[in-house]
Amino acid sequence: MEFLPQVIFLLLLSASGFFITKSILRIRRNILLGRDINRYDRPGERLKMMTLVALGQKKMFKRPLPAILHLFVYVGFIIINIEVLEIIIDGLFGTHRIFAPVFKGLYPSLINIFEFLAISVLVSCAIFLVRRNIIKVKRFDGEEMKRWPKLDANIILSIEIFLMICFLSMNTSDGILQTRGSEHYIATGDFFFTGFLKPLFNGLDNSELIFIERFGWWAHIIGILAFAMYVFTDSKHLHIFIAFPNTYFSKLDPAGRLSNMPEVTKEVKLMLNLPVDAGNDNAAPGRFGAKDVQDLTWKNLMEAYSCTECGRCTSQCPANLTGKKLSPRKIMMDTRDRLEEVGRNIEEKGKDHQDGKSLLGDYITVEEIMACTTCNACVEACPVNIDPVSIILQLRRFKIMEESQAPASWNGMFSNIENNFAPWKFSPSDRLNWVQKLNQ
Amino acid sequence: MSENMINVPTMADLAAKGLTPEILFWVGCAGSFDERAKSITAAFVKILNKLSVNFAVLGTEESCTGEPAKRAGNEFLFQVQAVSNIEVMNAYGIKKIVTACPHCFNTIKNEYPELGGNYEVLHHSEFLQQLINEGKIKLQGGGEFKGKKITYHDSCYLGRSNNIYEAPRKVLEILDAELVEMKRSRTKGLCCGAGGAQMFKEPEPGFKDINIERTEEAIETGAKVIAAACPFCMTMLSDGVKNKEKESDIKVYDIAELIAKYEGL
Ligand code: SF4
Ligand code: SF4
Repeated sequence: MEFLPQVIFLLLLSASGFFITKSILRIRRNILLGRDINRYDRPGERLKMMTLVALGQKKMFKRPLPAILHLFVYVGFIIINIEVLEIIIDGLFGTHRIFAPVFKGLYPSLINIFEFLAISVLVSCAIFLVRRNIIKVKRFDGEEMKRWPKLDANIILSIEIFLMICFLSMNTSDGILQTRGSEHYIATGDFFFTGFLKPLFNGLDNSELIFIERFGWWAHIIGILAFAMYVFTDSKHLHIFIAFPNTYFSKLDPAGRLSNMPEVTKEVKLMLNLPVDAGNDNAAPGRFGAKDVQDLTWKNLMEAYSCTECGRCTSQCPANLTGKKLSPRKIMMDTRDRLEEVGRNIEEKGKDHQDGKSLLGDYITVEEIMACTTCNACVEACPVNIDPVSIILQLRRFKIMEESQAPASWNGMFSNIENNFAPWKFSPSDRLNWVQKLNQ
Repeated sequence: MSENMINVPTMADLAAKGLTPEILFWVGCAGSFDERAKSITAAFVKILNKLSVNFAVLGTEESCTGEPAKRAGNEFLFQVQAVSNIEVMNAYGIKKIVTACPHCFNTIKNEYPELGGNYEVLHHSEFLQQLINEGKIKLQGGGEFKGKKITYHDSCYLGRSNNIYEAPRKVLEILDAELVEMKRSRTKGLCCGAGGAQMFKEPEPGFKDINIERTEEAIETGAKVIAAACPFCMTMLSDGVKNKEKESDIKVYDIAELIAKYEGL
C-alpha cells in the first residue's frame, strides 16, 4: 500500500507517454501524405531561421503587447519544466522536493523564479482571455473561429491558469507546513511570492494544509500530463512544438518566387523542340495542381499543423479587409481539418478509402482562392513562417489546368498571351509604338 | 531637330552591327501597350538617353513574361512564355536586365533561372538609385517638388516579395520633397489590388475594392503626389483617385517620371 501513489503515478506517466507517442506518429504519417519538396538544403541558414523565429520569437515582436505576454507564457512553460522534472522524480520515488538538498541555498531562489513565472503566466493568460472574450480583439473573430477553435483557445488559457493556481497553492501550503515543522515538509527556506499568500491559509490546521498541498501537487502534474496529451489531439497548441521544425524548413527563397512545376517544364520543352534534361524524365505527371491535401507538399501540411490561429495573416489580407471571403487563416485551418479527416479515414477505413470529398470544394471554395492578389502580406505577418499563398496557388492550378475553369476574363487574358504575346489584345507588331511618346 | 530625336536601339539592330549593349531594358506589356504606362517607359528612356546609358530593347521580339498566367494558375502557358523568352535572350547573350515593372522583375529574376535564364535583373528603382549613388543624377536644389508632400506606395512585388523598400524612397529623396508615409507601409504596405492576375478580372464580391481602400490611405496623408513604381499600381491608384474625384489636385506618378521631370526631360 505504501507504494500505491508511486504505482499510480507511474501508470499515469506511461499512459500519457504512450498516448503522446501515438499522436506524434499519427501527425507524422499525415504530414508525409504530402508530396515531397526539397527543404533539406542550406542547414546553416535554416538553423538561423529557426533560432530567430521560433526560439527568438522574432516575428511576434511586430506587435509588442501580445509579444511580451506571449513571451512570459513561453519562457514560463520552458523554465517550469525543471520544476516538472522534480515533480516526476518525487512522484516516482516517493520523495519530497528532491532538488532542495541538491541545490541547497539556491533552491529558494529557483522556486522564486518559478513562482514569478507562474504569476506572470497566470496574469498573461488572464489578459489573453479578456482580449478574446471581453474586449473581443477583431483578429480572433471570423467565420473560421466559431465553435471549436474558439473553445480550444479558451480551454488552453483556462488550463494554464488552473495549473498555475495549483502550483501556487501547493507552494503556499508547503511553506506554512515547513515553518510549522511538519514531518516530511523539510525546511527549504522561504518562498518569496507565495509568502504573500500565506495569510489566506494560515487559519487551517496541518491536515487541511497537507490535503491542499497534496491536491495541488497531484492536480498540477495530472493537469500537465493531460495538457500534454491535449496538445497532440486537435488543438492549435501543437504549435509549441511543431513551430520549430516548421520554421527550420521555411521557404528561404524570396517570397515572390513561386515554384515552377518541373513536370510542366518537360512538356513545354518537348513541345518547343528543346532538349529535355535527363533528370526530369521520372517526374510523373500525376495531377496538375492540388485538389486535395495529398496533392500538396508535406511542408504545406506541416504548416497546417503549425498554425496558431492567431489571425495575423487575415488581419493584413487586402482581400479579407475589403470584405472578400478569402481568409488565409481559414485556408490553413481547412487544410488541417481536411488532413485530419483523411487521416481518420485511413485509420478507420483503410489506406485507399475514398470519401468523395476534397479540400477544394468541400472545405475551400473557388471564390476564396480567386480573391488572392499574391501580395504576401499573410506570409510576412505569420509569426511561424506559414505560406498560405503556396496552397492557394496550387488549388488555382488544379482549377485552371485540370478543370479548365477560369473566370471568362482570365480565359481572355490567356488567349491574348497565347496569340498576341501580351495579356491584352494588341497586335504584337505594335509593341514598339510607345517610342512615339518619346518625341511628342 | 534631329538632336532632340531619341533613338531606341533594338537588340536585333545592334546584333546586326555586331554590338551588344550593356543593358537590356525590358519594357513589359503594360509599358508597351497601356496608354498611361507608355509615358513611364518614355520617361525612363529619356533618363537613360540623357545619361548615355548603353541599352537596347527587344522590341517586337519581347513577349509577355507569363507572370499573370502563372499567378492565375496557368503554369503551362507561363512556362511556354518563359522558355521562349529565355531562348531569345540567351541567343543575344544578355547579361543584365532593367525593367520598370516589378512583376516582370520578380519573374525574370526569381522564376526564370530554374528554366535556364540567368541574368542580373534590376528594377528601375534600384537602377536609378545606382545612378544617384554614382553621382550621375544629382541633387540640384529647387525643382517643382521641393518641399511638397509626396507619399510612396510600396508595390508588393518589390517590397515583401523582394525586400526592396529603400531604393525607391532613396530615389525620391533627390526631389527634396517631404516624404510622408501612409498608415500601412513597407512590410505592412497594402496591396493595390492588381497582383495575382486580379488586374485581369473583376474582384470577388466584397464591400469595397482594394484600390479604393489604398487610395483613401494615400489621400489621408495629405500628399499631392502619390509615387508608384509599378504600372499596375499606377492603374489601380489612378482609378482610385478618379473614383474619389481628386484627379485635379492629386497626381499619381511613377518614380521615373518624377526624376525625368526633375531633370527637365
Ligand atoms: S497573399 Fe493572398 S491570402 Fe495572403 S494576404 Fe495577400 S491576398 Fe491575402
Ligand atoms: S497562418 Fe500564421 S498568421 Fe495566420 S493564423 Fe496561422 S499562425 Fe497566425
